[in-house]
Amino acid sequence: MSYYNEMYEGSRVREPYARLSQWVETMPADFRQMKQAEAEALFRRIGITFAVYGEGGDPDRLIPFDMMPRVFEQSEWRKLERGIKQRARALNAFLRDVYGRAEIVRAGRIPARLVYQNDAYEKAVVGVVPPRGVYSHIIGIDLVRTSKDEFFVLEDNCRTPSGVSYMLENREIMMRMFPGLFRGNRIEPVDQYPDLLRRTLESVAPAKCNDRPTCVVLTPGHFNSAYYEHSFLANLMGVELVEGADLFVDGEFVFMRTTQGPKRVDVIYRRIDDPFLDPLCFRPDSMLGVPGLMDVYRSGGVSICSAPGAGVADDKAIYTFVPEMVRFYLGEEPMLQNVQTWTLWKDDDYRYVMENLPDLVVKEVHGSGGYGMLVGPKSTKEEIEIFRKKIEADPGNYIAQPTLALSTCPTFVAEGLAPRHVDLRPYCLCGDRIELVPGGLTRVALREGSLVVNSSQGGGVKDTWVLSE
Amino acid sequence: MKLRIFHQTVYRYDRPVRNLVQSLRLTPSVFEGQRTHDWAITVSGGTRGPGFRDGAGDWIEGWTVRGPTEEVTVTVTGRIETRDTAGVLRGHRELIHPLAYLRDTVATEPEEGLRDLAGSVTDAADPLALAHRLSASVSDAIAYAPGQTEFHTTAAEALAQGQGVCQDHAHALIAAARLRDLPARYVSGYLRSTTEGEPHEAAHAWAEIHVQGLGWVGFDPANRCCPDERYVRLGSGLDASDAAPIRGIAAGQGIETLDVAVNVEEVERFQNQSQSQTKS
Repeated sequence: MSYYNEMYEGSRVREPYARLSQWVETMPADFRQMKQAEAEALFRRIGITFAVYGEGGDPDRLIPFDMMPRVFEQSEWRKLERGIKQRARALNAFLRDVYGRAEIVRAGRIPARLVYQNDAYEKAVVGVVPPRGVYSHIIGIDLVRTSKDEFFVLEDNCRTPSGVSYMLENREIMMRMFPGLFRGNRIEPVDQYPDLLRRTLESVAPAKCNDRPTCVVLTPGHFNSAYYEHSFLANLMGVELVEGADLFVDGEFVFMRTTQGPKRVDVIYRRIDDPFLDPLCFRPDSMLGVPGLMDVYRSGGVSICSAPGAGVADDKAIYTFVPEMVRFYLGEEPMLQNVQTWTLWKDDDYRYVMENLPDLVVKEVHGSGGYGMLVGPKSTKEEIEIFRKKIEADPGNYIAQPTLALSTCPTFVAEGLAPRHVDLRPYCLCGDRIELVPGGLTRVALREGSLVVNSSQGGGVKDTWVLSE
Repeated sequence: MKLRIFHQTVYRYDRPVRNLVQSLRLTPSVFEGQRTHDWAITVSGGTRGPGFRDGAGDWIEGWTVRGPTEEVTVTVTGRIETRDTAGVLRGHRELIHPLAYLRDTVATEPEEGLRDLAGSVTDAADPLALAHRLSASVSDAIAYAPGQTEFHTTAAEALAQGQGVCQDHAHALIAAARLRDLPARYVSGYLRSTTEGEPHEAAHAWAEIHVQGLGWVGFDPANRCCPDERYVRLGSGLDASDAAPIRGIAAGQGIETLDVAVNVEEVERFQNQSQSQTKS
């Protein structure tokens, strides 16, 4: 299999990387090692040691940072940006629809059972239309590249995608260590993200709010692997970081305890999963949430971002229908392609997949973080046969995709620069407007030949540049 | 049937509690079988919070009590006129798709006994007949025996035990119906007890099964019948916890005890106080 190298075309350096190429060539090896150690020390000092969304693993482990940036030209980015915004609009239209009249189901464009029997479908919010009809306010869309012009969406994250603090910190650290690089290149900034996030949250305040909206970040607490990110974002937005016990319901509203007495809260950016939000509506044993929150939410007294129930749009089984959503709701052709996906609960797909396991990637429907997946071409015969047994036991739990030829970016390894596979997670903000900061989080598979970029599987991160015109 | 209802729940705490929050599903459903004349909910020392009709058609009312307090009383009084609709929930406005009621919860998680029970009905002519047969099977399999099960008893446990109360009957029927691919849900409400010594309680629960072409149909395996004019429907959910008339929580270390009094009384006619419906 041949892979698209984002920096080199044969031995020629692609245009966006021209200056970086000089930078690397003139960098002495000992200087590079010194800088790498400095970067690591900076990350440790900041305390940014957490796992990316749902990946589990050691929360205190540092995700390796690679100093070689990944670069997009303005025109490449514009194209991606349009595709991401389109997809975000469709996902929110879908959520609004399936919690309302469900026209897409009535039209037979998506199977009813896939929606209504989905664990993430919350019947408690059927009929509730959040402000501006937005359910998912921060959408992380994972993209991979296979050629100069071909990008595919691997998955959508509509609940509480994490990792954006890495995007911000990667840039911060690069600018601190290599200020010269940023003088010589026209690189679009990303540090406006916290302001945009706050603006987005404020724009979806409930109608009952008639002052500047009070926003908070609701965290499960410091035991959570993404706690650093919760406090980081609250801090940069200039809003309070709260735990469930800091909030309470009184009458028709939610309040936060402050040293000046109770203060009404209008918008909650929650980093707690649905089942734990409110013991009076969901899991009665949850100690993390706010009792009565859902009644206030459902009667329009507070906004919750993302809206409870938003997860029904980002399930791996629903994923296969996102291009259909774009056509159905927007009347447009999808600009971003899905990866071809075989669903193993269909007989034809099952047969095909079982006959071609060595060539395919097989994933659990509800799995994440690169666990419980088979990368056929990278697996031994024994590994494939073991996985075959797992599929036979529960075909409905799996989907399969072709093994994609993920693009590579040059990455610092012991011997110098070497190509490693990458993906990209841009963060799309949806409020009164749909906005993106240029770039996103680039994850890189540090092991030679590996196609799994998840940090739990030896993945690292890179600064991601979008060059201005 | 004209019914006068009095339902009082007294929560007592051994130490004062504060910030008590409740979500109440204590207002009769609006459908052809019920017409509410007047209805009043009060929570002692409480502030009425949000009230809204949810996607299942239930009227939900939030209440908060700041406290500190050692006692909270939830009182429901109302008058309602009921009509027998042969168990069919006709004219009930709701938005949730029936397929959302095929999902199991811990209380209705199927196991072998439930699978056997669900599979034992083999000759039902149509889904309605199947639902009736499943309900009868549950009545046969679980004897009415108060005090033998508790709130957290699952359908599987009650079936294995062969004893239970209306909650257990409803859970078992819901589990069995879902195993046969029939959407099913838990209904909480009141029952006018007509015969002395019969197995039913004034605060009652039963199941509804969705039958294509007919909609939601109530089945009460505890009393071997479908709900008629003796029944007052309050609300529904995936199981007893999800459909609970009162869900509440308080801050503090106080240990809670509770007393419930329910009285459902048939009256000849309503004194002319208020003819309007409280909530619609």
